[in-house]
Amino acid sequence: MVKLLNKLFQVAGCGLLCVAVFFPGLAQAEPTAEAVAPAPARQKELINLVRQDCGSCHGLRLEGGLGLPLTPQALREKSPDALKETILYGRAGTPMPPWKPFLTDAESGWIVQMLLKGLP
Amino acid sequence: MRRYSIFTVFIGLLALQGCATPPLRGTGDLGVVIERAAGSIQVVETTHRTRLGQIAGLGDLSHASVNYSRDERYAYVFGRDGALTKVDLLKMRIEKRVMQSGNSIGGAISQDGRLIAVANYTPGGIKVFDSETLEQVADIPAIDHTGKPSKVVGLVDAPGNRFVFSLYDAGEIWVAELRDPAKPALHKFTNIGKEPYDGMITADGRYYVAGLFGEDGLALLDLWHLDAGVKRVLNGYGKGEQKLPVYKMPHLEGWAATGNELLVPAVGRNEVLVIDQNNWMEAGRIPVHGQPVFVVARPDNRQVWVNFAFPNNDTVQVIDVPSRAVVKTLKPGKAVLHMEFTPRGENVWVSVRDDDRVEVYDSETFAKIGELPADKPSGIFFTPRAHRTGL
Repeated sequence: MVKLLNKLFQVAGCGLLCVAVFFPGLAQAEPTAEAVAPAPARQKELINLVRQDCGSCHGLRLEGGLGLPLTPQALREKSPDALKETILYGRAGTPMPPWKPFLTDAESGWIVQMLLKGLP
Repeated sequence: MRRYSIFTVFIGLLALQGCATPPLRGTGDLGVVIERAAGSIQVVETTHRTRLGQIAGLGDLSHASVNYSRDERYAYVFGRDGALTKVDLLKMRIEKRVMQSGNSIGGAISQDGRLIAVANYTPGGIKVFDSETLEQVADIPAIDHTGKPSKVVGLVDAPGNRFVFSLYDAGEIWVAELRDPAKPALHKFTNIGKEPYDGMITADGRYYVAGLFGEDGLALLDLWHLDAGVKRVLNGYGKGEQKLPVYKMPHLEGWAATGNELLVPAVGRNEVLVIDQNNWMEAGRIPVHGQPVFVVARPDNRQVWVNFAFPNNDTVQVIDVPSRAVVKTLKPGKAVLHMEFTPRGENVWVSVRDDDRVEVYDSETFAKIGELPADKPSGIFFTPRAHRTGL
């Protein structure tokens, strides 16, 4: 199962890479996550969302549950862009749902940065 | 005035006496509220709706659940971090605590009350402990028929000192008979369906039902007739329609068994499904406010209360069972995680995580009659669960 997920992940990551190669302008048009940090009040909301709501599958400490662990260690090898896409669009064939209705692109990128650093 | 002062003296004396020996009390009206982020639990009583105390140091309590000893004195708390903690509700302290795995999801207590089984994700399987000492008496790794480990979900007790559980990754249901814990007898059922995400047992302890996440349907096992194997029920209830995204897994522990009907949450549909228990066919659908998480029957089975997954988790709906109509929609607050009825159902306690409180409702008038502060409360568990199979 984990292997399959990793594979899916690689495929998704590769797809993004292709987009970046063939449409460099498109990739650049997306502001990088670190450039646009959400307002402090929203940051608080997002951290609560990740801890509590993502936490219902990934664990309150994000050490994994029905979903995979989301600790910096667990995510180290992953592409931040692919992680952002997974948050926004979910992952077909798994229970991971798309969070796009509730998050902007930049917010998803910011969450990835926070996960990679370790959530406060 | 004078009466008041006598009363004060009386209370003072009581308090003094309390230093030596705690006043006698029963435990039938007690319960535990999980404070998931703080890693603490509150001990509450439902007669006067008050908090009796708080016990800290229980670790990661996301998705924590509780079973009770048959004397309703001890709570066994199962933490996400793999800890099993035995709490004395009367002395209000941790009695024993073991780290039994890396990541666990819940537990069950055996029919005779002597064994505590814990369902684990990492490493997948169940471990069984002596309920008095918390010494391990059995270890059953969930290695599927192809040799792969699997997360375990939907662990319940069943008559005959059996435990029944599902293998999430493998799609299997196992029955472990522990009359002799040193030699657990296992019955394994394979290919029961894709991704069983939770399981429940009917109140009589006869039917085990696993909900499937990976496909539309439920897996049914008649524990009186293990030879008949697992049957698929409500197959394809989504009729191939695109599922809605599910932002929180439904929980089946609180599936409502209301006489001849089972009310269960649909997956990826804003509906409660009604199953006729005589033929295990779909008997109806009730449109509700969102993806149902808990579908809990009032003890008299007249009503069923439903809460919902994000982003509709500020709402609770009440279904009138005979008419199958939603008769009340409540908005208790941000992130309603759990509902628990008092033993005979006159009140229901509701945890509102992001508003840091537990609310108490009159189940007949729907009026809010009380409120208790709690730090990010999740599960609420009252002691009468001690005497109910599967809880």
